[in-house]
Amino acid sequence: MNAVEWYFVLAALLFCIGAYGVLARRNLIIVVMSLELMLNAVNLALVAVANFVPAAAGRGTLFVLFVITIAAAEVTVGLAIIIANYRNRRTVQADEYHDMKG
Amino acid sequence: MELIVALIPLLPFAGFVITLLLGKWVLGKRADVIPVLMATASWVLSMYVFVRVVADPEYVFDWNAFTWISSGALETTWGFYIDPLAAIMLLVVGTIGMVVHYYSIGYMKGDEGYYRFFAYLNLFMFAMFILVMANNYLLMFLAWEGVGLCSYLLIGFWFRKKSASQAGKKAFLVNRVGDFGFMLGMLLMFLTFGSLQFTEVFADVGAAGPAALLGICLLLFTGAVGKSAQFPLHVWLPDAMEGPTPVSALIHAATMVNAGVYMVARSYPLYIDSHTAMYVVMGVGTFTAIYAALIALTQNDIKRVIAYSTVSSLGFMFMALGSGAWVAGIFYLLTHGFFKGLLFLGSGAVIHAMSGQQDMRFMGGLRRKLPITYWTMMVGALAMVGIFPFAGFWAKDEIIGFEFTHHLYYIWVVGLITAFITGIYMFRLMFMTFHGQNRSSPGVQEHIHESRPIMTVPLIILAIPAALAGVLAGWPPESGWIHRFLHPVFFDIESEPFGIVAFILLLVSLVIGAAGITVAWYLYLQRPELPGRLAARFPRAYGASLNKFYMDEIYEAAVIRPVIGFAGWLWTFVDTRVIDGAVNGLAWLWGRFGRLLRPLQTGRAQSYALGILVGVVVLIVVFRIVEG
Repeated sequence: MNAVEWYFVLAALLFCIGAYGVLARRNLIIVVMSLELMLNAVNLALVAVANFVPAAAGRGTLFVLFVITIAAAEVTVGLAIIIANYRNRRTVQADEYHDMKG
Repeated sequence: MELIVALIPLLPFAGFVITLLLGKWVLGKRADVIPVLMATASWVLSMYVFVRVVADPEYVFDWNAFTWISSGALETTWGFYIDPLAAIMLLVVGTIGMVVHYYSIGYMKGDEGYYRFFAYLNLFMFAMFILVMANNYLLMFLAWEGVGLCSYLLIGFWFRKKSASQAGKKAFLVNRVGDFGFMLGMLLMFLTFGSLQFTEVFADVGAAGPAALLGICLLLFTGAVGKSAQFPLHVWLPDAMEGPTPVSALIHAATMVNAGVYMVARSYPLYIDSHTAMYVVMGVGTFTAIYAALIALTQNDIKRVIAYSTVSSLGFMFMALGSGAWVAGIFYLLTHGFFKGLLFLGSGAVIHAMSGQQDMRFMGGLRRKLPITYWTMMVGALAMVGIFPFAGFWAKDEIIGFEFTHHLYYIWVVGLITAFITGIYMFRLMFMTFHGQNRSSPGVQEHIHESRPIMTVPLIILAIPAALAGVLAGWPPESGWIHRFLHPVFFDIESEPFGIVAFILLLVSLVIGAAGITVAWYLYLQRPELPGRLAARFPRAYGASLNKFYMDEIYEAAVIRPVIGFAGWLWTFVDTRVIDGAVNGLAWLWGRFGRLLRPLQTGRAQSYALGILVGVVVLIVVFRIVEG
């Protein structure tokens, strides 16, 4: 197995853990944390490609920087929404927000 | 000549437009001036045309003013055709139309719809002139509908009165049944001959098969049955008496109801080749003649008696046309127009004098107070019964005599019986109205007075032709002036010399008519208690006649109820069940479908996220497979 593939396997594992956290956990803080995990899994894959594939050198790191920046902003907004919601509903449990049920 | 022919209908039309637009606010009480002037001018012009044709009966005027409809093979024009038959109709329509206009000035005085009345009268004159002068069936039909519209408007003239507006609707609807036949007849005619122009159709009669010809004739006759109030479409005419009396005189006695007779006479070349159709015309006419006479016997409304006598007279005309006495039929139309118009105008004067009372049971003894009305109506009644030497005598006896000499003995007998009954009911009307003691309330009696000259002069004017038209046009019997005059129209008819048989027949029908009058005199003047006893003795017969042989009830049961029932079924079943059901059912179906999908909308963000993930995975797998 190629060296880069080990990175992919790790990235995939991290992504799956993150996805599981987003889908299964009820606490919104943990959901946001899991989301970060998914983003970072992608970051890991991108950095690995940048390092091992000559044609992608430079461009992979550039993407990663973008993702990190946007992730920071996203977390800020996400946490702010969670806090605002907590003030209204006194809960951060995702399954208690189901006002849009059909 | 073109200009004159064009002006005859156009003048009244102009009068109609002006009076209708300006009548209410500008003309007011003077709204009569223009229409009366127009009617008078049209009369002068139509008399000119009449005299022109009299001078030369072979003269035929056929003028296509302009093309009206041009569609494929159908080429229809506004065209005018003047021959002796049209000239006679012009004489009747023009003269009686003008007289009625003058009479209306007095009769309608002070009515709130004064201007409207004259506008409609002029519109009627326009349509009627077009009808008698048209040179093709389609234009004739247009005018036919036009006079029907005017009839509707004028019957329902006092539209605030429920019965009047109902009668107008009834006239319109019943006429539609006949008009539908007329339309189908025109359609069949166009299919057969490829034209609707009189000259082209009549020149081509030989080319049509007997079945097509019979169909055309019978369908056209259906139209005539509606317009000329023949059984079984006669029910509208008696109800049409709800309209003002001048209207009854003009439209429902002297002119419009003759349109059917005129149309059949105009289609003479078609009918003469279809003997079955002529038998039908004769049968319907004969039955209507005696049927309506029997009803007239017991009616108490003075206008209804005259209305049924009109139906009976029109039946007589169809009987004449159908049996082949074409000239006599038109002769009767001519004289009938005058004396029936006279009788109606006279009855209008009586109603006027009686403060609107129309029931003869409350009249009586008006002879001394209304001398002019009495004597002119007496002329009309004698003409109607057919007493020598008044107008009706010549025409009616010619018809009845014709039936005998042409071996139509059943028709002859029925004709004689009808003449006998005519004598009874006509003089029942005269005696109940003008003789004996007045039976109205003292308040009404105080107001009984002779009408103003504007109403009595028209009576006198009409009394002249009612008395003399017969002898002028009909002497000597069977070959008088009118026979020579109409010969170019009814080209196949040979007039016969007046022989001893004809003279005896003439005496017989004269005696029969006089016998009718005598019976009326005995029943209503000598023994006034007798009619009541007879009615009590034969309640069935009396009730049948009084209730018009339950014709309205039969229509109610056979047509109106089923139609209303069917409409109700359409409403309660087809509309509310089928149509509403389909629409509501569709909505219900979508509702059910939506409820089925509703659980997918959980409102939980995480379940949507799962959906997105599954979607992505599926897409990846699919792309892998597709891309290989």
